[in-house]
Amino acid sequence: MSLNSSRKFVILTIALALTTISAIIVSTGMGYISISAGEIVKVILSSFNNSPSLLSDIDSTIPYVVMDVRLPRILTATLVGAGLALSGVIYQGILLNPLADPYTLGISSGAAFGASLALLANITLLNQFSIPLFAFAGAIITLFVVIHLSTFNGQISANTLILSGVIIGAILSAGISFLKYLADEQVAIIIFWLMGSFISSTWDSVMIIGGAVILGLVITFYYGRDLNIMSLGSRSSDALGVETAKVRIILLLTASFVTAICVAMTGIIGFIGLIIPHLMRFLVGPDNRKLLPVSAMAGGILLLSADTVTRAVLPVEVPIGVLTALIGGPFFCVIFRKRQKRGRHD
Amino acid sequence: MINPPLYDVTNISFAYDSALVINDLSFNLHKGKFYGIVGPNGCGKTTLLDLLIGNRAPKSGSISFMGNPVNSYRRSNLARRIGLVPQEFNTGFGYTVEEVVLMGRHPYIKRFASPSTEDWHHVNRAMKTIGIHELKDRYTNELSGGQKQRAVVARTLAQDTDVLIFDEATSSLDVKYTLQIFNVAGKLVQQDNRTIIAVIHNLNLAAAYCDEIVFMKDGGIHQFGPTEQVMTPETILNVFGVTTEVTRDPYNDKYQVSFQYLD
Repeated sequence: MSLNSSRKFVILTIALALTTISAIIVSTGMGYISISAGEIVKVILSSFNNSPSLLSDIDSTIPYVVMDVRLPRILTATLVGAGLALSGVIYQGILLNPLADPYTLGISSGAAFGASLALLANITLLNQFSIPLFAFAGAIITLFVVIHLSTFNGQISANTLILSGVIIGAILSAGISFLKYLADEQVAIIIFWLMGSFISSTWDSVMIIGGAVILGLVITFYYGRDLNIMSLGSRSSDALGVETAKVRIILLLTASFVTAICVAMTGIIGFIGLIIPHLMRFLVGPDNRKLLPVSAMAGGILLLSADTVTRAVLPVEVPIGVLTALIGGPFFCVIFRKRQKRGRHD
Repeated sequence: MINPPLYDVTNISFAYDSALVINDLSFNLHKGKFYGIVGPNGCGKTTLLDLLIGNRAPKSGSISFMGNPVNSYRRSNLARRIGLVPQEFNTGFGYTVEEVVLMGRHPYIKRFASPSTEDWHHVNRAMKTIGIHELKDRYTNELSGGQKQRAVVARTLAQDTDVLIFDEATSSLDVKYTLQIFNVAGKLVQQDNRTIIAVIHNLNLAAAYCDEIVFMKDGGIHQFGPTEQVMTPETILNVFGVTTEVTRDPYNDKYQVSFQYLD
């Protein structure tokens, strides 16, 4: 609330925005063919302006590598990171638990189950929308079952919500294993997709995830102050004029929608939604209106960096979900231990 | 002359699933009075407060607030008229005391607007009244239970409502701060003609501060009336099953409840 914290927020926002842009350009240059930043900027500009003259001194394969191979993947990774961090902010704000994220509620498992079903049945009814649609349906059904399980006397208990999420998540994981067992020849596709990957990203995935993330940001920002007040508990927030039950449902639906789209496009990628909001809360405080934009950008930077490491640095491409879990897991344990100490981020 | 009732409660009942918690209650409350609600644990006091504030709807019967059904008001509209100091004081992710008190102004601040000078005036006045101004930059999750509870009282004062509902608002406070909060509440009634509805466990505090007392038992009203009429050994024995003597305290002339302690 003080001037000092506002200035800190502005500086951090600008720094993160610049870092996001630089990270996108730098990682576009990295890979089997190394491309300079100047060439990347020229290729991007020429495709926006439709002016081939900019490309006169550039190798003819480079525009293809930049525009059709690398950028879709890079932007998808950035947007998925932003989406997962956004979902994390919402779930943590509503559950009043800094350790909550799409996984604690079973939403990711629900989305993954829906998407696995679509993959197994090879449903191509709606082209590129089949898997996201099935994932969203899985996420929403899971959300309603979990909420139903944890509602007593018309009120949702935050603690039982997590417990129900864990139980339903476990059942769905078993369901996914069963689908894998049934999948036979297709099992490799499901397994690889479940571990998380950006390899098959296209401009379509960029558009779909981009749309979902922007929609999610707008809705959440609209209810940002309500979400702040809701951290006081539902009795207090009701008494302070917040339509707590309604806002909670809207925001849970929003977070589940964004999660479902991310899971559908790239598989299960863990820990981004957990670590990023936690770290950012440490930097800008708990106000969700500040937390949202910085978490989205930081989530994007983190996931893009991880994907670039696995794509261009490591000798073998490790599935991104495995990489984030390997880095994020121990990190999470450290935060979990530090949480015992008092602090603003608790 | 009698004011038209602030609250007109008629034959309300409320049940959690099948357990009846509020059983056919009817009463009127008037503006400018200090009401106490007392009764044994689990007799439905907190549920009654939730019904009065519109957080829950009765299963049957009606609650009229200022002439209209309480559930017909928009939440934000109600929040400008009725404030609640809850029993539990969840202060959320480490907000500062000032940030928490400012949340009391939520019903007045437009969605994307910043707090106005008037909002800050109410926030600062509330913090000074409760004596937590020097704690304003402290994080609420670093405060003691009593300090948190005072921050929550300040938040409700900043809400600047005509009706203030206290749900055991002083349960974590020592005797000094308990008296401070009750004195602030008493002044709001006497000087500003506001209405206090307070669930109070301490019968001596209820006797000292309340104009009228509702004695609740098993989801119903056992006795309701002016303190001097209802604060009697018979009522206390019937409601709590405890033997007492009620006298005038020579020190302050307030009613005083003395208990017969079991050995």
